[in-house]
Amino acid sequence: MLNVDDLHSYYGRAHILQGASFALPAGEVMVLLGRNGAGKSTTMKSLIGIVRPARGRIDFAGVDIAGWEPHRIARAGLGYVPEERRVFTDLTVLENLEVGRQPARDGRPAWTEERLFALFPNLGRMRTRAGGRMSGGEQQMLTIARTLMGNPRLLLLDEPSEGLAPVIVEEMAGAILALKQEGVTVLLAEQNLHFAARVADRAAVIEKGRIVWTGTMAALHADEAVRTAYLAV
Amino acid sequence: MGFVLVQFLTGLASASSLFLVAAGLTVIFGVTRVVNFAHGSLYMLGAYLGWTILSRLPGGPAWFAGGVVLAGLGIAAVGVLIEVLLLQRIYKAPELLQLLATFGVVLVVQDLVLKLWGPNDLTLSRPPWMRSFVQIAGERMPFYDLLMIGIGPLVLLALWLLFTRTRWGTLVRAATQDREMVAALGVDQRLLFTTVFALGAGLAGIGGALALPDGSANGQMDLTAITDAFVVVVVGGLGSLPGAYLASLLIALLQAFGIVLLPKITLVLVFVVMAVVLVVRPNGLLGRKLTLARGEANTLALVRPAEPALRWLGVAALLLAVWAPWFVGPFALSVMTEMLVAMLFAASLHVMMGPGGMPSFGHAAWFGLGAYGAAFAVKGLALSMPAALVVAPFGAALAALVFGGFVVRLSGVYLAMLTLAFAQIVWAVMFQAVSVTGGDNGILGVWPAGWASNPRVFYWLTLAICVACVLVLRRALYAPFGYALRATRDSALRAEAIGLNAGSLRLVALVIAGAAAGLAGGLAAFSKGSVFPTYISIDRSVDALVMVLLGGVQSMAGPVVGALAYTGLFDMLLMVTDLWRLVLGLSIIALVLVFPQGIAGTTYRLWLRGREA
Repeated sequence: MLNVDDLHSYYGRAHILQGASFALPAGEVMVLLGRNGAGKSTTMKSLIGIVRPARGRIDFAGVDIAGWEPHRIARAGLGYVPEERRVFTDLTVLENLEVGRQPARDGRPAWTEERLFALFPNLGRMRTRAGGRMSGGEQQMLTIARTLMGNPRLLLLDEPSEGLAPVIVEEMAGAILALKQEGVTVLLAEQNLHFAARVADRAAVIEKGRIVWTGTMAALHADEAVRTAYLAV
Repeated sequence: MGFVLVQFLTGLASASSLFLVAAGLTVIFGVTRVVNFAHGSLYMLGAYLGWTILSRLPGGPAWFAGGVVLAGLGIAAVGVLIEVLLLQRIYKAPELLQLLATFGVVLVVQDLVLKLWGPNDLTLSRPPWMRSFVQIAGERMPFYDLLMIGIGPLVLLALWLLFTRTRWGTLVRAATQDREMVAALGVDQRLLFTTVFALGAGLAGIGGALALPDGSANGQMDLTAITDAFVVVVVGGLGSLPGAYLASLLIALLQAFGIVLLPKITLVLVFVVMAVVLVVRPNGLLGRKLTLARGEANTLALVRPAEPALRWLGVAALLLAVWAPWFVGPFALSVMTEMLVAMLFAASLHVMMGPGGMPSFGHAAWFGLGAYGAAFAVKGLALSMPAALVVAPFGAALAALVFGGFVVRLSGVYLAMLTLAFAQIVWAVMFQAVSVTGGDNGILGVWPAGWASNPRVFYWLTLAICVACVLVLRRALYAPFGYALRATRDSALRAEAIGLNAGSLRLVALVIAGAAAGLAGGLAAFSKGSVFPTYISIDRSVDALVMVLLGGVQSMAGPVVGALAYTGLFDMLLMVTDLWRLVLGLSIIALVLVFPQGIAGTTYRLWLRGREA
């Protein structure tokens, strides 16, 4: 589904991604683990095109999308849920969802407001509430639902558990597993190893802009050395 | 009673025409964050195009409506052209540079209109239905005005439905808040921006065409319209449509009654209203605090002292300037004196705009106050020229101190518009206090003292004063004061947190800028020998703005290079072509596209890059 090869990205002059490479098979949930500043968010932003990669290939379903503009990448089936939520605070829940709406693809049924409200029941109870007047957890649900309205084949989730209460994190985990059931491929950036272990099949560990380890979650669990070297704080 | 009612209805009718122009401006600003200076030009083009279409059509109401809509569509197409060819390339440029580019469009359109439609006012021959009256409370009310009253609310309703009931409107509102996120959700912002611009332009075009029956298509309506529209948009709150309508009502009604009660005040009434509103509500009537739209360029280049090699270049230029009077003629010498004054004027504005982060649309106020101060000192108080040249900066600084307290509380376009309001009020005072200032005739005979009456001596004096002042301003930029000021600009909150008083720092910057501009004004008064209200006109404020932006805001050499380039270009163009506006406008547009950091800024960057490579 996704094959990233030797990806380099800069913020101004700062060389953030220094040749990241990894692959993600269709239908799986992969977590990108790493410390603050390791390059998780930059990887996500480079994939969706908000940060324009300087070098490297991003093979998405057989097409190299590196250097495309964000809206084209999104239409090709990549859904991006940003770290800071970024709901449209002046727009209602329904209007936020409308912004994300794109045609169905691959002959699969399109996401509708009603199906999303079944997945996130809280949202269904506040359809006409303005995005700015929702709690952090509700906003996080809304950003995911909004991105799903685009019927993505691959969902990029940037630290969805950050700053959320444990009960909401649990709800989030349930939602991600439900998405996996629907056949959506997910790439997750996380610092919360516990949450990652709950939802992911495999992991990629990023350090100083390079992927330094990949494998299944079980293998990561067994490999104490990797966890101390790259993840322990 | 009937008279009051008719005045009221007339006010409502002009509120509608104000709203049509302002609505487009506010919608465009809300989404693209571009302050579209060319909006008045679109209005003017709407009037001319409307005239061309309507004067060929039969006079019936249906034909009229069709012709107006057609003119609106035509101007929408012009808007698309401007957006695609120009704005799309500079959305990531600093917002003031975008303003400069649209100012270039203003100049281009002025000459195009002159070429295409000629210099005469064009009026429409009005068919009977347009001339008819309705009896209201014993007074005659033009039928066309009644029609106009209905159009404002109708357009407001239509826009409201468009923005809240359609997918397009939802996307536009989302993009107003966070363009980058909208793009990441698969929406092509370019199409969105183009359509928004087309809508705004179309509204301006319709507004222009609808103004025809009550007036004419003429070459001055662009600047009048843009000033009025800016005032309405700012009073209502940037980006707020209901606010724009409310502000249109407020201003039009005050105008309608003000003209009866206090005929003299009408010149400034709108600016007084704007100043009061901004002092009481810094974000306009219905506006909210502006947040930076996500996905905008918002990092500024660091300002560093010039490299030694560049300093030697400056010294060489200075030596050349000292030596110049021996080998140039009297005309060139007077142009060079003018350039020096412009340089100081631009450098003073740069203090506010660059390190201070306070763009001013009314910088001519301080220039004019300095000029009038010097003139009063010489003519009224019989002071000597050196004394008058002390009065000029102190007078301007004093005014800046009093007025600055209100200004520094605001930011961005609101701040710029409050300075414009102040400049307009000063202008009106000078224009109307005929017994003291001579009004439009100005104050004549403000000649330099005997020892400086030789143009060469006066040139050297001007050179010494201007260069010394610019160097002092430069020194201040690299002194702790300058660093503190720049910290305040980049983040007022964080600057406050480390113990800087943002408000007083900004005020000091404004007072310094005012004093330097006042001194420039004083010098201008003696070099021309006279003082006129035009010293305070919007044109002069815009000149200063253009000079600073042309040179580059983020470098001290910027205003100097910009002033020399602009005045030089200007004087040269005046000599060689009568289409100087067209050429100047196109040059400005080209400069913005080629030098997005200003001439000095971009050249310096390229030079640095060249050395690194």
